[in-house]
Amino acid sequence: MSSFKPTKIPVYPKLGEKVTQETLYWKDYKAPIQIKEFGAITNLDFSPVAPHNFAVTAFTRIHIYGPFSQEPVKTFTKFKDNAYCGRFRSDGQLLVAGCEDTQVRLFDVCGKVALRMFKGHTKAVHVTDFTSDRYQIFTGSDDYTCRLWDIPNSTELLSYQEHTDYIRCGITSKLNSNLFITGSYDHTLKVFDTRTDKSVLSMDHGQPVESLLLYPSEGLLVSAGGRYVKVWDLLKAGEPLVSLKNHHKTVTCLCLSSNGQRLLSGSLDRHVKVYNTTTYKVVHNFDYAASILSLGLAPNDESIVVGMTNGILSIKHRKGSEDSKEGVVQQRRRPSYRVFVKGKNYVPKQDDYLIGKPVKEHLAKYDRQLKKFNVSKALDTALETYTRTRKPEITVAVIKELDRRGKLKNALAGRDEQGLSRLLSFLIGHVVNQRFAPVLITAADMILDIYRSTIGQSPVIDRQLLRLQDLIEREIDYEQDLLEVLGMLDAIFACSLPKKEVPSSNISRQNGLTQGESSTTVPPQIQTS
Amino acid sequence: MVEHGEIRVVHRGGSKINFRQPVFTHDSRFLLCASANAVKVFSASTEECVHHLVGHTDLVTGLILRPSNHLQVFSCSLDGTVRLWDYDDGILIKTFVVGFPIYSIYASGSHDGVLFLTIPAKNDKRSDAFQLVAVQLPQSSEQLVEAREISAVLPDVSANPGAISFGRAGQYIASVCGLHLEVFFFKKQKSFRFSLKEENNKGIKNTFTCAACHPKEDCIATGHEDGKIRLWRNFSHKKEYTHSALHWHHDAVGALSFTPEGTNLLSGGVESVLVLWRYNQETQKDFLPRLGAAIAHIAVSPDGSLFCTAHSDNKITVIHSYVRVSAVIQGLVRGDRIWTDLVVDPRSKALVMNGKPGHLQFYSLQRDKLLYNLDIVQQEYIHESGLDQFEVVKVDFDAGGNWLATVEERKQNSAELELNLKLWAFDEQTQSFVLNTTVPAPHEDRISDLSFSPDRTTLLVSASRDGHFKAWALAPPTDAEDQSPSWCCDFVASYHGLAPHCCGFSADGSLLAVGFQEVVTVWSTASWELLTTLSQPPGHVRNLCFGRLSCSKYLLGTTTKNQLCCWNLLSCSLEWSTSMDVTLLLADPLSENMAAFCFEAGSTDLFVFKPSEPRPLFSHKAVCSGRVLRAVFSPREELLEGCEEDVQWLNSSRLFFFTPSMDLMTFSTKAEEDRLMASSKQLVIGDQVSMTPFNLLLGKRGQTEGQEVAAGSERVQPPQGSSAVKELLQTPAHVLPSTSYLCSMFVQSLLISTSDKREQNNVTEEEMESEKEEDDSEDEETQSSAVKPDVASGGGRTGDPTRPHGLTKAQTKELRRVRKLDYSWLRDLD
Repeated sequence: MSSFKPTKIPVYPKLGEKVTQETLYWKDYKAPIQIKEFGAITNLDFSPVAPHNFAVTAFTRIHIYGPFSQEPVKTFTKFKDNAYCGRFRSDGQLLVAGCEDTQVRLFDVCGKVALRMFKGHTKAVHVTDFTSDRYQIFTGSDDYTCRLWDIPNSTELLSYQEHTDYIRCGITSKLNSNLFITGSYDHTLKVFDTRTDKSVLSMDHGQPVESLLLYPSEGLLVSAGGRYVKVWDLLKAGEPLVSLKNHHKTVTCLCLSSNGQRLLSGSLDRHVKVYNTTTYKVVHNFDYAASILSLGLAPNDESIVVGMTNGILSIKHRKGSEDSKEGVVQQRRRPSYRVFVKGKNYVPKQDDYLIGKPVKEHLAKYDRQLKKFNVSKALDTALETYTRTRKPEITVAVIKELDRRGKLKNALAGRDEQGLSRLLSFLIGHVVNQRFAPVLITAADMILDIYRSTIGQSPVIDRQLLRLQDLIEREIDYEQDLLEVLGMLDAIFACSLPKKEVPSSNISRQNGLTQGESSTTVPPQIQTS
Repeated sequence: MVEHGEIRVVHRGGSKINFRQPVFTHDSRFLLCASANAVKVFSASTEECVHHLVGHTDLVTGLILRPSNHLQVFSCSLDGTVRLWDYDDGILIKTFVVGFPIYSIYASGSHDGVLFLTIPAKNDKRSDAFQLVAVQLPQSSEQLVEAREISAVLPDVSANPGAISFGRAGQYIASVCGLHLEVFFFKKQKSFRFSLKEENNKGIKNTFTCAACHPKEDCIATGHEDGKIRLWRNFSHKKEYTHSALHWHHDAVGALSFTPEGTNLLSGGVESVLVLWRYNQETQKDFLPRLGAAIAHIAVSPDGSLFCTAHSDNKITVIHSYVRVSAVIQGLVRGDRIWTDLVVDPRSKALVMNGKPGHLQFYSLQRDKLLYNLDIVQQEYIHESGLDQFEVVKVDFDAGGNWLATVEERKQNSAELELNLKLWAFDEQTQSFVLNTTVPAPHEDRISDLSFSPDRTTLLVSASRDGHFKAWALAPPTDAEDQSPSWCCDFVASYHGLAPHCCGFSADGSLLAVGFQEVVTVWSTASWELLTTLSQPPGHVRNLCFGRLSCSKYLLGTTTKNQLCCWNLLSCSLEWSTSMDVTLLLADPLSENMAAFCFEAGSTDLFVFKPSEPRPLFSHKAVCSGRVLRAVFSPREELLEGCEEDVQWLNSSRLFFFTPSMDLMTFSTKAEEDRLMASSKQLVIGDQVSMTPFNLLLGKRGQTEGQEVAAGSERVQPPQGSSAVKELLQTPAHVLPSTSYLCSMFVQSLLISTSDKREQNNVTEEEMESEKEEDDSEDEETQSSAVKPDVASGGGRTGDPTRPHGLTKAQTKELRRVRKLDYSWLRDLD
């Protein structure tokens, strides 16, 4: 004698992205703090020394924010035109910035007025940076030149004019004070050595280069331009390593996570993507409200700061450990260990008879009713509010089971206004769900058959029936549209795919059948109900 | 009819055991049931088949214990004989020839020497009219007796054996047929007939289905088509009879039975619930639900301690009187058709096919025993006639037996088809299959073929009538949480919108052939490229088979327009073709042979051939009537050594097939039959449960121990036995023949031939009594041998003490013995 087999509830895969360790890590940020700046935020730079303030370059100002402040702790406003690329020196004391008016200014972080002004460029300076020996400044400008300046004397040391278009990004090596790299709108990346008078390495990115990033080991260089993010191996003379195309608009900024394991890229398509730097697969994705121009990550990934074209600065802080502490406090006191082991560790003596407890099988409420063939009650229990709203798959499974038993009609019949209204509202909610449609359409047919004679007696039911009708009509229209799209797609696929010929041999004679191409494409399947 | 005298078509197991009501023996230890042409004796406790009572030449239709001797049983058969058996020893005692096909048998203790039989009514031309007759059994000591003293009792009875029942102490007999209940009183030689209206106003069917009489009171219980049970009383009067109705069953009552004391009434039907009604307190009922299938017969043991129900799925359930199942005897489940192909499980070598609704059965062909049922649908089965149920329609194993793929479908009359593809992984721990992946609606229409790749890569192909075939592959786990890999769709393809009907893999798994109506497409499984197409119009491709081993370059296909084609895959050309209506084409997995079942002139012929040449190795005309649609090659446990060409194909595999009437048949050679007979004879043991084999062994030992100990002291290990023992102990167990076969050899090797043993026994018997007295003398001996080392070689215990010592000692011993000997027999001589 076998026992009652409970109703099978199908397990549907959860929609949406898979929860991985990665998503858990990157989701562990608080709601963003948004600060409105005066114009598009073109650059973000974190101070290398604690407390890791960051400089936000927007419009004609540079604001410096503290790690948890919502107001700027410091503002530099002495720019005549748009400021560009405010960057900290490695000791966090000095800040350099370029400007639309061709001048490069050097500020003391504590002061207000520029300490030095470097004049010489003929067009806007978009790139500025300190070399690793702290005494020189490297700049790149729209006049196609990049120059090296001496801070104490504020004189120009070197000038290279190798690019043939605007220089919009550049970076200095942190390990060697003589090296810096520039990226230009002429699609090239160039590595310069100050000891030589020419570039030592040139790489072709293929698109106007918008951003550059060096790995901490400085063996790999990441460049962003167009929709591409490319990784170059500098130790192999600039051999391209990977080309990533995950954004659908220009990638504008790059950033490395603090442990160097993840690469972040921000783009005009309003996404920040997180790549694994070993596999170069996207592991996480952030969405923002506007196109992203600049991106910064605080040390230890404590906060993610994003600057956008509409001048909004978004700061996300990592959820602190104090939050998890609260969870510990809230944990309910459980019964002690002794309660659970009570009697369990008793060793039976030699003469003892062990009488097993009959295992009582647990059945769900609806199964208990189904076991007793109470079909109407089984449907009632399956339509309880919690099940109906939270777990519609259970309700649908019970309806399906009743249909299989041929008793669905009996279960649906004989309901009062309230019961029928509940049933109809469930139908309205789920009849267009592709997974439930085959079952629920049968049920809807039966309901209409059974209650046809009572139409017009209750305004509530009539309203719901009208809604159901409306819903189904809309669904039919929608599916017709989808089918049309499918037809168009098929035509496009058929044109774009190369015709595949069956290898011809002498079989054609033997077979007496002409050969044609086989349709081996996987057609996109749209389930029609 | 049979061309080759050597190879014959024989029945091989799987016969029905639920055809007639099983019979408990008087001590409730055995259960007798009619099974095709034989009677099987099952042990009620161990579920094992103890005896086969073979002798009838046609279907056995009834069994009844002999009322005067409970160790004997009558069986009747359609061959017109009643046979009397001793079921304990499995011996045929007597055969009574009646001369008419017998449909059921009844007997009562008060009618000694008379059997009541149901035979076709002679005078009635209708084929479905039967009459109940009484046959006087002649007293004769001969084996074969003609029983011609036939007297009619009741005309117009039902052929259903449950429709007739003997009343209290055999005073009357009740028979139901159609809408009538007829009671015949033997004393008055008068019958009463009670009729019910055909249908009352509610449209309820009143037709009688079965009857049972109370053993102690005048009460008849009858079961009806509408599920009612009526209890008839006071029926010795034409007018004043009364009846009351019990209603629980919602469908026809299949069987009824009273317990021997008459305290309970058992009933069962389609619901597969055994209902136990308390007699006179009918509101109190006990139920035993979910017995698995419709109850066809109910039997009660003579002491009332056990019930047993025979179910429509060829199962007998033994139930304790406190309504608890104690044993299940399951035969091969044969539904009205086999949906799945016959498949052999690579692990257990069992035949796998759909059995109970929603289950797969694993049936051991070697032992003729159902191993287990695998629940595929995993849904509560609703026992209601006319309900659409899930059926397992396709099944396949991968080459190693690690994966099982099943397809179940339910064709609803109104809504669309429900399909599920399930993949099961073999679990080493539980030694059974565990569900791994369920694919709801894998195709939009019926799946026409399902095939696993024969090489070790796990690849499954399903072809469907919706015009696509899909390849399914084992995908690595997607999440870190679930470790087990699952199956997902790897490739979908169609060909010109045609519906594929069959598919097959080549032996190495590199090629896949899919038959799209008239066209055979050959695909590479590595790149999923269409390699070539083959076609032989007109006619749709029905079967596809790749050749194996040396013939692996050939692809064979059969078409609906009576063509058998063989393509060479190297030249992509037709090698040969022949015109025959092949219903089934099979490849032997262990050789290059192919078997083709051809339908011709109302019967099926078998041809066995190699793809390399269009010449049959073996052919057998008229294997059976009708089309053979299911067959399978099953690997043998031990290879045969047939050398003739037409027998060779049977060496490594056996070919089993199902006839249209659902009989399992196989091909067998004469030599094999003989060997089988011999081994089955060895297997028969005198089965008395109190006398278990172990007990038997010990008991015999105990009887002979006294002699053996004495004799053993003088015997060294017989040298001729050692080689057999060594062979037994040193050969690996899995290559040894069955234990029962070896046992006698082994035991014999340990024994000394009987002739000299008897002599020794004589001697030892005489010596036995003197032995004790000798003990003290032997002590002296050992002392003396220590004193005299030159004679120590004789050995203290085993050696003959008389020889090495002085004559005087021997003489004294001899004298002693002579004194002890019993010479009383001398007195008898006088």
